Amino acid sequence: MSSMHLYLTIILAPLVSSTLVGLFGCALGKKLSQLLCILGVLISTVCSVMVLNQVLSNGLYFDGPLYTWLTVGNQTYSVGVLIDSLTATMLTVVTSVSLMVHIYTIGYMAGEDGYTRFFSYISLFTFMMIMLVMSNNFIQLFFGWEGVGLVSYLLIGFYFKRESAIFANLKAFLINRIGDLGFLLGIGLVLAYFGTLNYAEVFAKLNEITGQTFLGTGWNVITVICLLLFVGAMGKSAQFPLHVWLPDSMEGPTPISALIHAATMVTAGIFMVARLSPMYDLSETALSFIAIVGAINALFLGLLGLIQTDIKRVVAYSTLSQLGYMAVALGCGAYSVGIFHLMTHAFFKALLFLAAGSVIVGMHHEQDMRKMGGLWKYMPITYLVTIVGNLALAGIPPFAGFFSKDMILEAAENAHHHGLYGSSFVVFCVYAAVFVTACYSFRQLFMTFHGEERFRHAHNDHHGHDDHGHHGPVEPHESPWVITVPLILLAIPSVIIGWVAFSKFVPGDFYQNVIFNADFFKEFTSEAMTKGELSPIAMMMHSLSTPPVYLALSGIIAAYIAHKSPAFVAAIKAIFKPVIYVMERKYFMDDLFINLLAPLGRGIGKVLWSIGDVLLIDGLIVNGSARVIGVFSKIFRRAQTGYVNSYATFMVLGILILLTFCTGLILH
Amino acid sequence: MIGMNHYLILSAILFAISVMGIFLNRKNIIVVLLSIELMLLAVNFNFVTFSSFLHNVAGQIFVFFTLTVAAAESAIGLAILIILFRNLRSINVRDMDQLKG
Repeated sequence: MSSMHLYLTIILAPLVSSTLVGLFGCALGKKLSQLLCILGVLISTVCSVMVLNQVLSNGLYFDGPLYTWLTVGNQTYSVGVLIDSLTATMLTVVTSVSLMVHIYTIGYMAGEDGYTRFFSYISLFTFMMIMLVMSNNFIQLFFGWEGVGLVSYLLIGFYFKRESAIFANLKAFLINRIGDLGFLLGIGLVLAYFGTLNYAEVFAKLNEITGQTFLGTGWNVITVICLLLFVGAMGKSAQFPLHVWLPDSMEGPTPISALIHAATMVTAGIFMVARLSPMYDLSETALSFIAIVGAINALFLGLLGLIQTDIKRVVAYSTLSQLGYMAVALGCGAYSVGIFHLMTHAFFKALLFLAAGSVIVGMHHEQDMRKMGGLWKYMPITYLVTIVGNLALAGIPPFAGFFSKDMILEAAENAHHHGLYGSSFVVFCVYAAVFVTACYSFRQLFMTFHGEERFRHAHNDHHGHDDHGHHGPVEPHESPWVITVPLILLAIPSVIIGWVAFSKFVPGDFYQNVIFNADFFKEFTSEAMTKGELSPIAMMMHSLSTPPVYLALSGIIAAYIAHKSPAFVAAIKAIFKPVIYVMERKYFMDDLFINLLAPLGRGIGKVLWSIGDVLLIDGLIVNGSARVIGVFSKIFRRAQTGYVNSYATFMVLGILILLTFCTGLILH
Repeated sequence: MIGMNHYLILSAILFAISVMGIFLNRKNIIVVLLSIELMLLAVNFNFVTFSSFLHNVAGQIFVFFTLTVAAAESAIGLAILIILFRNLRSINVRDMDQLKG
């Protein structure tokens, strides 16, 4: 099999299975549908691992068009493939997490309506995500970008009979429109200034464009492009203030929360910035903007995780916080570290989400943590993997999250030494967020798995999520193997991937000529390399003498204290009452969007509609032209009397006039 | 001596009378039909004149054709007129303005 066929197989296998199941799902039946979809993703996964293997062993690099999509003038847009270390990493992460989620879905969605529809959607999502990461040009990136957005929309609204789900998916869609507008403008500027949308060609031209200013202003073109593209990333990767859709997206079924809203789709923005690292590296303004936005995400949205009671929402806010960490890494010029955290996060966050889903299934579709507690006896496997996931999330060595997060902290400090604008705020935020992360993740663990078995006396008047019409006290049970096996398979990389992949991501030259870390970060790593500080063991030894690990541990202890003594929590709540109120209202961001920006947008729309549409287009152009014709015909219809003799008169007169002219012409 | 010009002028006068008959007549649809016949006859007159003076028989052959067509045409015209009268109960040209826009 030639390499081209290999790449095509990766792309097309999920598409084919998705299309077949989507169109003929009813005829195929549940068993065959799930088999087809899993087979499609399995093929993709195997091929991706083969590609990764080739990249690892002989530094495979491929950049070429698959076929020409369209030609406008002398611009050619083609569907192309770019295979390098970054693509291979992303492909492997996406397909393997997707495979786990596919298997998990069998258990989670058993007996739900729209079972085959769900499978068709997640396979379609896998296809779109693969298109996104494999593309070698902006247009294809945008195609995948919108494709995953569409599937996200469809899946958030999967329970389309539930009003909150419809609200949530509309919200996600609209907020992403804002981001995508910026993204599209960015792509437009790239086309305008570089004359091409192919990554390699754009990067080759970077030197010519640097220093040019944006039409009629003093702004650097590269900065403008980078910021606009990052606005797109802010929408898709849920960065403040466009993050408001992500917590609400938890309305969708849990498997997709794990796959789309934690592991893969929301990291598309991070991937995009890393992919365009040569361009972002030229604009320190854009970098510092990214770092500050990421820092806000990491700390302030992480804080909201502390007060959530819905088990999925805790994980959702933790996702926001971790996305913030990734953005900080990008902003500090450590793009490969951002991708490192993206990868470790994909595994442990998918694990945490699926574990939360397992709890939800075990609790008969109950999501409120206040009605759980003491579940560890009933769901031992879920309990253990949740501990693994939370330790990785909190950044306790030697779990995966430790290495990536610690490197981000180092990168942030390094950027501070370098003097990146706003970096002191960034450093403060990322350090504080370590504490917060550990605190909310272990609060969730304690509330769910330890303490009193509150579900026994929880009254069952709650007809919330995925209600099965279940009544009476519930008896929790461990989930079936289709759920626990993916959990265990995800727990393994959550433990070891940080250790294993460390040398590839941080100092090594695995990403040479693919991701261009900022010079000041490169200096830092090479210096640390020579001192021998950049190995997993050295990192762990070093961590014992630095604050992050202790911050994380104290976070865990704080969560434990809060768990053991509710009086302590009540006291803290009493002291910080206004703060808690602000946090409960999610910093008023929802109110801002729903009560201020949305009516504002609607108002502008209404004005434009009534003036532009009704008055100008409908009134003046469409109806106006009809009216002008009406007026003229009212005058000219008088000539049409209906009498034969007047017609004859006109005819003869006309002939006479014609004859006069013609004879005149002939005589001349 | 009566020359070709006289004949041609006569035929032109006949033609003009018939055209005016169509133009000015607002009363009787039969007059319109008569005028059309007269118009054809004026043209025939022209044909015959030229045929006679130029010693070419083709003109007179055309006249036969024209007369045949005119006969057929007036037959159809009268038939339409009868149906029209049945429907409108009138042969007044003023009443026949259904073609008006």
